[in-house]
Amino acid sequence: MATDIVKDSTGPGELAQGLRDSLPVVVAAAPFGVLFGALAADNGLTAFEAMLMSATIFAGASQMVGIELFGQKVAPWLIVVSIFAVNFRHVLYSATLGRKITHWSPVQRLLGFFLLVDPMFAEAERRGEQGKRISFLWYLGAALPVYVTWVAEAWVGALFGRMMPDTHALGIDFLLPIYFLGLVMGFHKRPLWLPVVAVSAVASIIAYKTVGSPWHVSIGAFAGVLLAAVMAPTSGGQEEQP
Amino acid sequence: MSTTVWIILAAAVMTYLTRIGGHMILSRFERIHPRVEAGLNAVPAAVLTTLVAPAAMSGGVAELAALATGAAVAFLVGGMMPMFLTSAAVLILLRHLIG
Repeated sequence: MATDIVKDSTGPGELAQGLRDSLPVVVAAAPFGVLFGALAADNGLTAFEAMLMSATIFAGASQMVGIELFGQKVAPWLIVVSIFAVNFRHVLYSATLGRKITHWSPVQRLLGFFLLVDPMFAEAERRGEQGKRISFLWYLGAALPVYVTWVAEAWVGALFGRMMPDTHALGIDFLLPIYFLGLVMGFHKRPLWLPVVAVSAVASIIAYKTVGSPWHVSIGAFAGVLLAAVMAPTSGGQEEQP
Repeated sequence: MSTTVWIILAAAVMTYLTRIGGHMILSRFERIHPRVEAGLNAVPAAVLTTLVAPAAMSGGVAELAALATGAAVAFLVGGMMPMFLTSAAVLILLRHLIG
């Protein structure tokens, strides 16, 4: 219950540290930013629409899901719901980070949460664990380069995506499943990961064959989430609050 | 404005709600029920799995080999880039060899 009353560190030092922390994220995200633009163009989006998507949604995996569904010409509301479903995990990030930035002004929080992508959450958690304060300037320094390059990469990708010669030979059409598999694997240390993945896989394949696309996404995901909720241990010493 | 632009803007609003909603709603509670937390924890893996499984099912030798390699590299090495590059390399190579 210790309320920290340390004065918010400001100044160029915090900003510079944030910029330094953003570098690995910018580099790692770059191929996917370009890939998104290329696939968006491949699925019939204009360069403007690809950039608009990166600039306003700013969430890689869900953007990929979105353009995959744009290509299949499904109902608009279903695309919106699917993107929302993929991004639902942000609710947990938001709840966790929110407790650590109570010293920010309301406007700072409104902006900060807009920029709360997976790596930003990871970086903020890392900084919190180091015992350092999550100042607004540090956060801005860490997040803005990721944002600016992400939007620019969508434009670059959309331009080059149009001149992509043989997408089958280059494997472009199958890069998304590989990328999604990589994201799935990234969660493998979470509790109940294997049962959740197994049940979601089986349920989505059955739904794909019976109900059809894109319902297999919601049905398969719901099966996995339900399993996790049912299998979760509810008694015993796991009540630690951060 | 085109339908596409409207879809993008609606999705952007929904995404922003997930980023601000957790702070606004969940922080009001002392703690989250363990089952709810476990369910929320499982959301990303569950959703993303449904995007891989049907693709894997309808894939050929090259696609399955690429996914298997990717999963193995992710387990042994970790990180997105090594997994992604190896898997893509296997895919492209096998598609050239098998056709």
